Amino acid sequence: MRTELTPEQSEQQEAFRAFADEKISPEADQYDRDERIPAETLKRLAEKGYSGATIPKENGGSGMDMITYGLLCEEIGRGSASLLSLITIQTMVSQAILKWGDDSQKAQWLPKMGKGEILCSFALTEPEIGSDAKNVGTSAVLSDGTYLLNGRKKWISGGQIADLFLIIAQCDGAPAAFLVERDTPGFFTEPIGDMMGFRSAMLAEIRMEDCRIPEENLLGRIGFGFSHVAGTSLDFGRYSVAWGCVGLARACLEASLDYTEKRKQFGVYLKEHQLIQGMIADMITNLKAARMLCIHAGHLKDSGDPSVIMETSVAKYFASRIAVKAAMDAVQIHGANGCSSQYPVQRYMRDAKVMEIIEGSNQIQQTLIAKYGYLIKD
Amino acid sequence: MTTNGTKEKIRSFLSKYIKKKDLKEEDELFTSRLVNSMFAMQLVLFIEKEFSFKVENEDLDLKNFNSINAISAFVERKAAP
Ligand SMILES: Cc1cc2nc3c(=O)[nH]c(=O)nc-3n(C[C@H](O)[C@H](O)[C@H](O)COP(=O)(O)OP(=O)(O)OC[C@H]3O[C@@H](n4cnc5c(N)ncnc54)[C@H](O)[C@@H]3O)c2cc1C
Repeated sequence: MRTELTPEQSEQQEAFRAFADEKISPEADQYDRDERIPAETLKRLAEKGYSGATIPKENGGSGMDMITYGLLCEEIGRGSASLLSLITIQTMVSQAILKWGDDSQKAQWLPKMGKGEILCSFALTEPEIGSDAKNVGTSAVLSDGTYLLNGRKKWISGGQIADLFLIIAQCDGAPAAFLVERDTPGFFTEPIGDMMGFRSAMLAEIRMEDCRIPEENLLGRIGFGFSHVAGTSLDFGRYSVAWGCVGLARACLEASLDYTEKRKQFGVYLKEHQLIQGMIADMITNLKAARMLCIHAGHLKDSGDPSVIMETSVAKYFASRIAVKAAMDAVQIHGANGCSSQYPVQRYMRDAKVMEIIEGSNQIQQTLIAKYGYLIKD
Repeated sequence: MTTNGTKEKIRSFLSKYIKKKDLKEEDELFTSRLVNSMFAMQLVLFIEKEFSFKVENEDLDLKNFNSINAISAFVERKAAP
């Protein structure tokens, strides 16, 4: 397994790191308090080409390879998990269009998404349907060359500001995916506030009431909306989140290294206490292991290997678990300071927990990973 | 590649994802629920990598994916010059 970066990837990594250090980390607690990410930040992201990170250059994006994109997710995730989630959904929707869109859909949407002129949301979850996502209740009916959508979606990241939504619905009992523009009559969004984590991810609930969209807005074919269209999105979602968790765990480690060199108890710096060293050592070790799983998945993704789907699931499962552990330990190491809004570790802890729930909860990942284990046994 | 060669490759791939001994060439993969939700994309990636063409929007038809015979016929049609 290759783990070293190419010179170009290392150079990009430096640039991502500097961007996160200068523009994101210093502001992320404020985003969290305000429950929003300023338009200015999103503009900066677009100017850097990060909004269309994985869209090929010929389609108007930055054309990053999967390792480079992973490094971007790591650095953004280190700064703000909420901001990472906006990059994640932009990637999820753009990759679904790239893979399953027809030529006119690609031409219509990808260049604008690449430039960050259009922000996207991915809307699968509903008030009554989460993990059992194949059975969403939103309906789509074809009549007179248009589809009529009815139903509700919940917990949709970026839903407060997105221009374009990828909606998964049922058409005559078969899953189908549709592109819906915000200003479509019958399409309504309501902000969801006061979340525990991802507070600035600008979540929304969506209502579709006789929401009529052109027939051309069907993405892929009827019957393939979950397995193939959402399947493509979710694979990229898990990949982005796995790397984001590596970034989040690194933020925990960096905060802990810094704090334990400054605070003294019993006459010595915290870093001298062996039980503290134990937590630091676990953070470092878990972080390295998670990064290797992510790099492995990245190489498989770049080579289009079918095993990437399971390897990405493994990476997401592991990385989100170690992010939670790192964040819990980081708060522990910071003591009362860690529980206060003066230090970011409490935000890391709240955000890390969300990582275990989104893009297929960890129980769902465990179920799939275990089943795969039995399959490849013989 | 011969049809039998193509089918052998498909069978060998499927054996990693489906726990059914003696899978027949006409056995239905999707409609008989032999596979989980991730299999669809694994199959797409397998076909693209192994047979060097892209599976696209217009190929999304269960008739192309639902059995060893179906996949093999699809691959031969797409790979034909
Ligand atoms: C901050 C945030 C952002 C989100 N953004 C989006 C978004 O942009 N788009 C979108 O579509 N959705 C989004 N979601 C929703 C997210 O995808 C779902 O929360 C997730 O899929 C789990 O669904 P659920 O919350 O309904 O939990 P449920 O499915 O009700 O599950 C509840 C618990 O039961 C467990 N469980 C369920 N089924 C099984 C099983 N078969 N075996 C064992 N355990 C099981 C789950 O793991 C979980 O622990 C977001 C959620 C959050 C919190």
